[in-house]
Amino acid sequence: MTRNEDNPIITLISSMVAPFIMLFGLYVIFHGHYSPGGGFQGGTLLAASIILLRLALGSELGKKQFPSRWGTPLGSLGVLIYFGTGLAALLLGGTFLNYAFLPFSPQASHNRYWGILSIEIGVGLAVMAVLVAIYDDLLEGEPRA
Amino acid sequence: MIPTNAPALTPLLFLFTGLLIPLAAFKFRRLAYWLALSATAAASAVALSNIFRVLDGRAIHYRFGGWPPPIGIEYVLDPLSAFVTSVINVIALIVLIHARRTVEADLPQGKRVPYYALVMLMMSGFNGIVMTGDFFNLYVFLEICSLALYGLVAVGDRKSPVAAFRYLVLGMIGGCFYLLGVGFLYMSSGSLNMADLKAILLVLGPRPGVIVALAFMLLGFGLKMALFPLHGWLPDAYTYAPTATSSLMAPIGTKIGAYGLIRVLFFVFGLQFITQTVPVATVIAWLSAAAILYGSIQAMAQDEMKRMLAFSSVAQVGYIGLGIGLANAWGLVGALLHVLNHGLMKACLFLVAGNFRMKLGHSRISRLDQEARRRMPWTTAAFTLAALSMIGLPPTVGFFSKWYLAWGSIRNGSWVFLAVILVSSLLNAVYFFRVVERLYLKPADRPPEAEKSGAAARVRSEVGASMLVPTLVLAAALLVVGLLNAFIVKGVLLKILPPGLAGMNP
Amino acid sequence: MPEFLVGHFFYWFVFLLMAIGLFGIVLKRNLIKKVIGMSIFQVAIILFFVASASKWGGTVPVLDPKLGVSDASRYINPLPHCLMLTAIVVSVATSGVAFALIISIWRRYKTLDEPELLARMKNDPD
Repeated sequence: MTRNEDNPIITLISSMVAPFIMLFGLYVIFHGHYSPGGGFQGGTLLAASIILLRLALGSELGKKQFPSRWGTPLGSLGVLIYFGTGLAALLLGGTFLNYAFLPFSPQASHNRYWGILSIEIGVGLAVMAVLVAIYDDLLEGEPRA
Repeated sequence: MIPTNAPALTPLLFLFTGLLIPLAAFKFRRLAYWLALSATAAASAVALSNIFRVLDGRAIHYRFGGWPPPIGIEYVLDPLSAFVTSVINVIALIVLIHARRTVEADLPQGKRVPYYALVMLMMSGFNGIVMTGDFFNLYVFLEICSLALYGLVAVGDRKSPVAAFRYLVLGMIGGCFYLLGVGFLYMSSGSLNMADLKAILLVLGPRPGVIVALAFMLLGFGLKMALFPLHGWLPDAYTYAPTATSSLMAPIGTKIGAYGLIRVLFFVFGLQFITQTVPVATVIAWLSAAAILYGSIQAMAQDEMKRMLAFSSVAQVGYIGLGIGLANAWGLVGALLHVLNHGLMKACLFLVAGNFRMKLGHSRISRLDQEARRRMPWTTAAFTLAALSMIGLPPTVGFFSKWYLAWGSIRNGSWVFLAVILVSSLLNAVYFFRVVERLYLKPADRPPEAEKSGAAARVRSEVGASMLVPTLVLAAALLVVGLLNAFIVKGVLLKILPPGLAGMNP
Repeated sequence: MPEFLVGHFFYWFVFLLMAIGLFGIVLKRNLIKKVIGMSIFQVAIILFFVASASKWGGTVPVLDPKLGVSDASRYINPLPHCLMLTAIVVSVATSGVAFALIISIWRRYKTLDEPELLARMKNDPD
C-alpha cells in the first residue's frame, strides 16, 4: 500500500473519481437538513476520497494533497468550530449551544438553521481529519519495499 | 455568567483545553503542561464553589440548547454531583502537579503533548458523567473518558499495550451493556432524562423491560467501577500504566462508576425498587463483601507495589459497593465519605510509588530496605501515614468511613458484613505493615567501610519539591480531613441523601 | 407463543448477533478476531436500537408536504437513529484505538495469538 504500483488504469480512474467523491461528501454535509446526511456521513466520504488517493497512488504521491501532519490539528480545529459555536451562544446570553442567540440574523429560527450548519461543518472537518489520521498512523511503521 | 452556567462549566472547560493543547503546542511544546494545569485549577475552583451554591439542597438545572427536558439534554447540579466533581478535580490538580517530572521521565519527547491532551479529555469525560442528567449523554461521556484512558494506559512500559488492550475490550463490553440498558429503558418509557424517568418508573413498576435495563446498567457501571467479579482489567492496567496515569486513574476512575451506581439506584429507580421489588441492593452488597476479601487476600501475595495497590483498590471499591448495597443512611454516607477518603489515600500511595520509581528505579517490595528510608524519609513518612489510614486507625480519614459502614451494617442486622469489614482491616494491616516493616526495620546490605563512617556516608536523595509537596499535602490532608470529617458529613453528605432514606439516629 | 417468536423476529436475530460477537471475543485466540467480535457486538446493539424505532407503514422522518406534521405515527421515530450515529462513531474510534494497540503489541512481542502472547509476557522481565 505504500509503494506506487505504476498501474495506469488505477492511477487514472482514482484521480478522476476522487474529486467527485469529495464533491458528494460536501453535498451530504450541507444537505443534512433535508435528506439523510450530516456531518459524520459527509466527513467519512471526504476521508474516503483522500484515503483512495493514498491507496491508489502510494504514500509519497498520495500525501501531497493532504500531508499527514495536518491530521491532528485539523481534527482539533473542527471540534473547536463546533465548540466555538456553542461558546458564542453562551457568551451572547443563552446557554451552551442555544443557537437562537447567534448573531447571524434577527429571526430565531434562521439562527438555529445557521447554527446547526456551522456545527455540521465543524464535525465534517473533524471526522475527515481523524479518519485520515487513523489510516496514516496504522501504516506508519510499514516497511518500505 | 458563571453562576448561571455553573453546571456545565467544568466539562466544557476541560474539553476546550483538551482541544486547544494540540493546536497551541504546535509551536510551544512546554505550553501543554501549563495549559492542562491551569484548566484543572480553574475547574477545581468552579467545582468547590459549586458546593456552596447548592448548600440549601435545591438542584440547579441547566438546559443545553435552550430545549426543555425531556426533549433536550439537561445538566443537574445537586449536592451529589457538586461533591463528586470537587473530589475529582481537586485530587486531579494535586496529582497533575506531581505529574510533570514523571511524564518527563517516562514518556519520549513526541508523546508528551498528546498525553496532556488525553488527560484533559479524560477529565472532561469524568466531569461530564457526574454533571449530566441524561442517560445517553452519560454514555457519550463514559466513552470519551474510556477512550482517553485506553490511550493513557498504553504509553507505559513494555507490557502496557496488552494491559490497555484488555482494558479496551472489557471497557467496550461494559459500555455496550450500559447502552443496551439505556435502550431497554427508552423502549419501556420513551424518555432519556433522569428526573423524568424517576416519575415514569413509579407508574411503570417492575416490568421485564425495566428489570433487564437495571441489570444491564448495573453490569456497565460495575465494570467501570471494577466491582468483583468484573475487575479483571484493573490489576494489569494500574501496574503497567505510567506513573502519572495510575495516579490519575486510581483515585478517580472507579469513583465514577460508583457515582453512576448511586445515581441510577437511589435517584432514578428509588429505594423501594432496589430493596423490595428487585433485591439488587442485596446482590451488590454480597458481591462487594466478596470483593473486599478477595482484593485484600490477593494484595498480600503481590511483590510489585503498584500491583498490590491495584488489588487493594479492588478491595476499597468493595467498601463503597457495600455502602451502596446496605441501602440505609449510614451505609450511603459511609460510601460517599469513602469516595473522598479512598481518593486521597490511593492518590497519596500511588504518588509514593511514583517517587520510589523515580529515585530508586523500581517499586518492588522485596527490594526495599532501610536504605530506601534513609534516602527518602519524607516519602516513607507519607507512605506510613497513608498505610495507617488504609488500615483504619483514628484520627486518619480511613477510620471514619469504616465507622459509618460498620454502623450501617449493624442497623441492617448484617453481622456478616460487619465481620467482613473488621477482618479486612486486619488483612490491610498485614500487607501494609509488610512494606512498613521492610522500610523501617530491614537492615540494608552495606559494605563494612560505609558502616564505619556513619552519618557522613548517608546519601539523601529525596525527590524534588514538585513531586514531594503533593505527596505531603495528600498525607497531611488524610489527618486534616479526618479531624474535620464531621463538618463534611453534616454540611454536605447529609444533604445528598435522597428523601427515601431514614435519618441518621443512632 | 408463535406471535412472540414471529412478531419479534428481528430482535431474535439481533440477540443472535450479540451472542456471536461475545463468542468471538471470549473464545477466539487471535487478537484481531477478538476485535472483529467486538465490532459485531457493537453493530448488533446499533441494530437493536434502530429496530426499535421502526413503525408499520411509517416513512423516513423528513417532512413530507403531503403527509404534514399532525399525525406522528406516519413517520418513524428519529431519536434512536440520532443516538446510534454517536454509537457508530464511538465504535469506529474504538476499533481505531484497538488496531493501534494491536500493532504496538506486534512490534514488541511478534505474536498476536493470545496464549502465546501470555507465555512471552511471563518470560519478559518487567
